[in-house]
Amino acid sequence: MPLWLYIVSSVVKSAIVLGVLLTAVAYTVWLERKVVGHMQNRWGPTRVGPFGLLQPAADGLKFLFKEDLTPPHVYKPLYIAAPMIAVIFALTSIAVIPFGTYITIDGYNIPLQITTDVNTALLLILGVTSIGVYGVALAGWSSNNKYSLLGGLRASAQMVSYEISLGLSLVGVLILAGSFSLRDIVNAQGGYFLGFIPRWNFFLQPIGFFCYLMAAYAETNRIPFDLPEAETELVAGYHTEYSAMKFAMFFMAEYANMITVACLATLLFFGGWLSPFNENVWLQAHGAPQVVLALLPVLWFAAKVVVFLFIYIWVRGTLPRFRYDQLMAFGWKFLLPLALVNLIATAIAVAW
Amino acid sequence: MVPLSYYLVLSGILFACGVAGFLIKRNIITIFMSIELMLNGVNLSFVAFAAHWHALAGQVFVFFVMVVAAAESAVGLAIIIAVYRTRETLNVDHVNLLKL
Amino acid sequence: MISIHLALFLIFGVVAVAGAVNLLAQRHPINAALSLIAVMAALAGEYMLLGAEFLAAVQVIVYAGAIMVLFVFVIMLLNAGVEERTEGSRVAIIFGIPGVLLGSILVAWVILRYSETEAVPAGALPGAPSTIGQLLFHEFLLPFEITSILILIAIMGAVVLASKPEPAAGGPSKKLATEQKVND
Repeated sequence: MPLWLYIVSSVVKSAIVLGVLLTAVAYTVWLERKVVGHMQNRWGPTRVGPFGLLQPAADGLKFLFKEDLTPPHVYKPLYIAAPMIAVIFALTSIAVIPFGTYITIDGYNIPLQITTDVNTALLLILGVTSIGVYGVALAGWSSNNKYSLLGGLRASAQMVSYEISLGLSLVGVLILAGSFSLRDIVNAQGGYFLGFIPRWNFFLQPIGFFCYLMAAYAETNRIPFDLPEAETELVAGYHTEYSAMKFAMFFMAEYANMITVACLATLLFFGGWLSPFNENVWLQAHGAPQVVLALLPVLWFAAKVVVFLFIYIWVRGTLPRFRYDQLMAFGWKFLLPLALVNLIATAIAVAW
Repeated sequence: MVPLSYYLVLSGILFACGVAGFLIKRNIITIFMSIELMLNGVNLSFVAFAAHWHALAGQVFVFFVMVVAAAESAVGLAIIIAVYRTRETLNVDHVNLLKL
Repeated sequence: MISIHLALFLIFGVVAVAGAVNLLAQRHPINAALSLIAVMAALAGEYMLLGAEFLAAVQVIVYAGAIMVLFVFVIMLLNAGVEERTEGSRVAIIFGIPGVLLGSILVAWVILRYSETEAVPAGALPGAPSTIGQLLFHEFLLPFEITSILILIAIMGAVVLASKPEPAAGGPSKKLATEQKVND
């Protein structure tokens, strides 16, 4: 592929994906408020636009017009940099995530992924998740406030502890697929058991999926693991001293992390863009245009991600939150041994 | 194409900055960070030589250096916390009770 | 025209050296920690240029994402403030900086003058995780196991060293004395 085509296609893909991601972040907030509202037997936002669909726009305008207060005793460079770090690294992981197969233009195969197929994509996503801890820790410390410091330290200790279980739960998938590349992992999930059950890793690695889901909830600081940022605990945790746009950035970072985790879960455990009905073969036989063939998997991917986000929000509406010592005990004494047992069992099963 | 000597010079500069930090700084945590900087400079030298001689053992050795650095920083920081508890200072010039 | 490889090497190299010099120049340890993180990220880029993709990812995950988080935690917990200038530090700056500069210029000159100008092409030795895994579990199995035990010992040592000391033996008798006073 000539260099200019690579650069132009990467820029176009980045623009589209970032636009879709930021809109998805805003509408995930809307979805959460609606779903949690209905679970609590109330309506959620209904006034702004039909079904409250313009609520995120109204929230965005509110954040823009709020007074951006910088308290006098904060450590200014880090105070301003911390939300930026959180948002940058929350949005970076989407660069290596494949959304579908290829689009062929003029004989060149353009992969539906911002970068080309990276050999160590999964490791890079783990690395970016590890660096996202700094946004939280530095926000808590630079606010020069005991509550923020304690909330920030608690949140970062929680994130660092659950990263280990996250990594270990993924090793089972890696053993089954034999590669760190996300495209290879999805392609290894093609085919069917007994002719109609798709060969998704969810059926082969249920314990791994459970560990991944718990570790992901704790990594993104969501209920039931959201003690560090709950409003009734430690005032508001590490974002106590933040207002307006900086607070909105932390919000955006949290929801972007949620979406990244949901994308990874579909890629690793639910077959990514592969559909359970295998209709691609039928469509190709009946001469569907190439655009439809390329975009239908992307729609399947998006549908699976939305199902995951719904599960996230469902758990948020249902469960109470853990106390901090229960949280750390769960991570170190239950989830880590479970992930290790899963890894050993998978290795033994594959070796035979 | 980048000559091998460029990588070695960069590694040497990082190592020299690490040594300078170790000698100049008075805060024990910054001294520790200079040690990590020295280790990183050496890692770059290993990887550059591994690429030059096509010996993958260089990269494996860097892996071990990282592991040992992790273990050493964990124990070192625990020692720093213990020293801080008793001497209430992080300045190495003030931890001099054994001096004549 | 410099090639993209050389341009990328220079960019990452300048960021790494700037971070290292900033580590020396900053007086507050948290700024020094953040510059060190920048150095490590730049070095991860350099490793990618040399083809060591697994090492670059491990550098970011382990060094920048775990070891430096530990450093930042300790700086926050111990509330390390700005460094003071003592007479020891003044002497070290007057003799240390010129000495290290001299030494490094000498070493750099020797390296540039007397080494071959053979170029290392980009991605010279692809260090894919599978090949490094093969080496780790076959030729280097014994060092691998020994370093695992080393980390286990380091974890236990760190927990023991950093735990709170037990309360002094004078406590219980003091309580008895006050209780007696109250009961009288």
